[in-house]
Amino acid sequence: MTKRTRRDVLVGGSAIAAAQVIGFPAIAQGKKYDDGATDTTIKIGHSGPYSGNASAYGNIGRTIEAVFKMVNDNGGINGRKIEFITYDDGYSPPKTVEMVRKLVEQDKVLFLFNTLGTPPNTAIHRYMNQKKVPQLFVATGASKWGQPKEFPWTMGWQPDYVTEGAIYAKHILATIKEPKIGILMQNDDYGKDYYNGFIQGLGDKKNLIAQLATYEVTDPTVDSQMIQLKNTGANVFFNITTPKFAAQAIKKAFEIEWKPAHYLNNVSSSFGSVFRPAGIPASQGVMLALYRKDVNDAQFASAPDVVAFKAFMAKYMSSFDIKDDTHNYGYSVTHTLIEVLKKCGDTLTRENVMKQAASLKGFEAPLLLPGIKINTSATDFYPLQSVQMARVKGESFEMFGDILSNESA
Amino acid sequence: MATTMTTETSAAGDPAALPGLRRPIPKWIWLGIIFAALLPLIGGQTGLISNFYFLQLSLMIVYSIAVLGLNLLTGFNGQISLGHGAFFAVGAYVTAILIDRYEMHYLATLPLAMIACFIVGYLFGRPALRLEGHYLALATFALAIAVPQFLKYRHFEPLTHGVQGINIFNPDPPFGLPLSPDQWLYLVVLACAVVMFIVARNIVQSRMGRAMMAIRDQPLAADTMGINSARTKSITFGISALYVGLAGALHAIIFEFVSPDSFRFELSIAMLVGAVIGGIATLSGAVIGGFFVQFIEKYADALTKWITSTVHLPIHLEPWTIYGIVLIVLMYTMPMGIAGGLASLWRKIRPPG
Amino acid sequence: MEQLLQQVASGLANGAIYALLALALVMIFVSTNHINFAQGEMAMFSAFVCWQLLNWGYSFWVALPATMLFSFTIGVLIERIILRPLHTAPLLSVVVVFIGLLAIFHSLAGAIWTHTVKPFPSPFPDFSLVHSGIIGPHQIGMVVVAVGMLGLLFCFFRFTPLGLAMRAAALNATSARLVGINVDWMLALGWGLAATVGSVAGVLVAPVVYLEPNMMAGILLYGFAGALVGGISSPGGAVAGGFIVGVLENMVAYLGNMLERATGFYLIGNGEKLTVALIIVITVLTLKPSGLFGHVTVKRV
Repeated sequence: MTKRTRRDVLVGGSAIAAAQVIGFPAIAQGKKYDDGATDTTIKIGHSGPYSGNASAYGNIGRTIEAVFKMVNDNGGINGRKIEFITYDDGYSPPKTVEMVRKLVEQDKVLFLFNTLGTPPNTAIHRYMNQKKVPQLFVATGASKWGQPKEFPWTMGWQPDYVTEGAIYAKHILATIKEPKIGILMQNDDYGKDYYNGFIQGLGDKKNLIAQLATYEVTDPTVDSQMIQLKNTGANVFFNITTPKFAAQAIKKAFEIEWKPAHYLNNVSSSFGSVFRPAGIPASQGVMLALYRKDVNDAQFASAPDVVAFKAFMAKYMSSFDIKDDTHNYGYSVTHTLIEVLKKCGDTLTRENVMKQAASLKGFEAPLLLPGIKINTSATDFYPLQSVQMARVKGESFEMFGDILSNESA
Repeated sequence: MATTMTTETSAAGDPAALPGLRRPIPKWIWLGIIFAALLPLIGGQTGLISNFYFLQLSLMIVYSIAVLGLNLLTGFNGQISLGHGAFFAVGAYVTAILIDRYEMHYLATLPLAMIACFIVGYLFGRPALRLEGHYLALATFALAIAVPQFLKYRHFEPLTHGVQGINIFNPDPPFGLPLSPDQWLYLVVLACAVVMFIVARNIVQSRMGRAMMAIRDQPLAADTMGINSARTKSITFGISALYVGLAGALHAIIFEFVSPDSFRFELSIAMLVGAVIGGIATLSGAVIGGFFVQFIEKYADALTKWITSTVHLPIHLEPWTIYGIVLIVLMYTMPMGIAGGLASLWRKIRPPG
Repeated sequence: MEQLLQQVASGLANGAIYALLALALVMIFVSTNHINFAQGEMAMFSAFVCWQLLNWGYSFWVALPATMLFSFTIGVLIERIILRPLHTAPLLSVVVVFIGLLAIFHSLAGAIWTHTVKPFPSPFPDFSLVHSGIIGPHQIGMVVVAVGMLGLLFCFFRFTPLGLAMRAAALNATSARLVGINVDWMLALGWGLAATVGSVAGVLVAPVVYLEPNMMAGILLYGFAGALVGGISSPGGAVAGGFIVGVLENMVAYLGNMLERATGFYLIGNGEKLTVALIIVITVLTLKPSGLFGHVTVKRV
């Protein structure tokens, strides 16, 4: 897989620059703290949509909070308890700015972790980098979070949407004869990123796209769009939708008897909130790129990380639905952070947090698919870059093909 | 336009407006403004008030200007609007585009944003003249939904950057003033607000203002008095949009960022709630309304967290529950808003004579 | 041609949702002259109640009547407890109270049932007859229920003494009082009925858009537009208005799409379909302010 983003251009010259920005004071013996860290606590900030139209993602914040509770119950990290402060931003960029300034200036957190959504994170992107406070492992797959040269204090986590979009495009070109592609896209930053990646992946074959139909998050249904797409005669469907609309689209395609090769974005890789609501028969054969395990899949039932996750859910989040994929996500990303904080040792400065986050080598966070590892460096701010193609078969995923990754291509 | 009506008629339309008529602004208000203007020196330099508080104060003032604008339309002219967030967005985008594309000075963009919003408001108000009550509510509701979608419209993308939004830069204080950017912006916003409130006061007390209120209270009588209600109503719509547009422009400068997601329907609702809770058809109500818009949600959030931690409820209470209860209780106890409630309280307890 | 048919059918199906919500809005409007902005959230809450009952193992035909009864009670209680004391309050204060109710129902649903998207079973049998790719069984079911609901309400208001009394109370409260009608209770009954109609809307919408607290947020505007275009005081108009809005929106997207395919120029599409549909609705209302099926009320001065 190739991907021509800013990253490729940066590889050579910027290594030194980035290392200079991040690396210099970290070789401290003994203890060294910035705001938010003491001998007994580490203060971490977060903002997410507990209200508003993206409130389904509020469960990520709740999961992170519960994981830290578990960590604290087990003695904390290097003897320090985690103080996790999370505010509701309602997925509104100005409100995120306000909440984040409160976290940084009033609450004096050491860093921000997993702030959610592309528009909210865009609004605080420059502020965090001016203040030199880490904006770590943001909960969005936009490609702009991996620019260590311009934004050395911001790092993503999940495979970025551009890469994923390109992977689908390549897969279509490689496997489908005379493809004619219909696309359903959420009309926002996230949808555009997938779309751009997909276009990049198609290269000079852009004319294979028969129609791009968009929807707004305020639309009640996407029925009208699905009918339009079917009537283009497309034999490939790229479905760039969030869970609720993904389920609607799968169901509607089934109802109107449109049977294209169906590619669904990873954002909606949930049985609990997508395939079961859409109907299992309707979901058969839907293809998507995965990087995390479906914890309800029988083939992983005895994996130690899945067992541990289930025990965690039973003890700390018993009133929540384990089928909801957001818990799985929150658990995995928080464990990546825990690894970073463990490696920070007693040097809990903002520089060192970024430095450790940028030196993860082959880290296997819990719930990642076998063979998918987290790698970062001073020039590579994209922790996860590998995905595995899979299709819905029965009530679980069937993996096929090799692990596709940006680094190896 | 033949606005030949007598003062007596219009005043009879709204007795509450009488006490303020043609009276000079009380001294304590000027003192308050001077104190507010000195805050960056008193609080900021000594470190008593952090930059974050100045941000919050600036926002409160910005929302006050917006609520004031809505109040002119809804309170003084009787036209309901569920969609003033749209004008807020237009103002914000005009400023952002002028700074981003044409590299204009941020202060120079403010009058242009205001003019643009006046025009948009006037043009919207013109056909909306035929709509009253619930129909106007629907039309403005539709406007609030439509504007964010238009910001994403394919052919405007070169200007608006579509869903990406526009990043602009926060201005530094000029002439090397020893102020932080937050403190400087606070002063800018405060100055705008003082001017806009004085202008609003003059509008309300002028012939135009009396015409506005006459149309609200006695539409038929106003017509027979020779008030050109079509023109008055659409100009009021324009002025109202101008105020809200200025608030939007200042909002964009404060946050250095605009995007379609920043101006969702909730903003319009928050403005309407602020206007009604503050006290409809009063200028002081707009200040209270701005305070309400800026702070109530945060208090609701804090209160919710406090309740959750002290009382062990079986469910995770959410801030909106408290917010809703506060709205209902306030409307119960003070149906005329907080300003109205305080005024009637004052009438009850003040010494006779 | 086939697409046109499908678009109309899908528009009618969506229209049925809007029609039911519009019907609930009209029910409250005719008795109290208020537009209940919390109607959508109340319907959503009712759908959650129904979901909970189904989840506890009750059959749909137990859960639905129980939900309707529950919603009726909530509607009556809201009128008696919250709105009664505000009878003399200004209109805008009442609007704010509705916004407060909206916030409370929304957040309570989130607190009790979480924000996770939940599947909701369709009450209609999956008969294969209509699996022709034009319209699904649930869609047909929704249209039938919307029209059926209208018929029931029509009979109720026309032929039962209680229905007549409610109409009298709404039309002229003073005269109704003189002939011995308990006007206060009639208003509360109106609220109860509206909440019941709304609960049916919620239960029918949930299988289509899936159950979550934001379920009705986007639909309220459509219901509102439907109620107004049909004439806010006419139940039949509300149902017709709902269907009109549903079909109109799909037609705008369809025609924009056809235009783009024919000329290669993108003028309007899915992003603008709601806006354009609303502009059409509002234009109609400026020309015919009483709505398509409403009565002109003559006001004496």
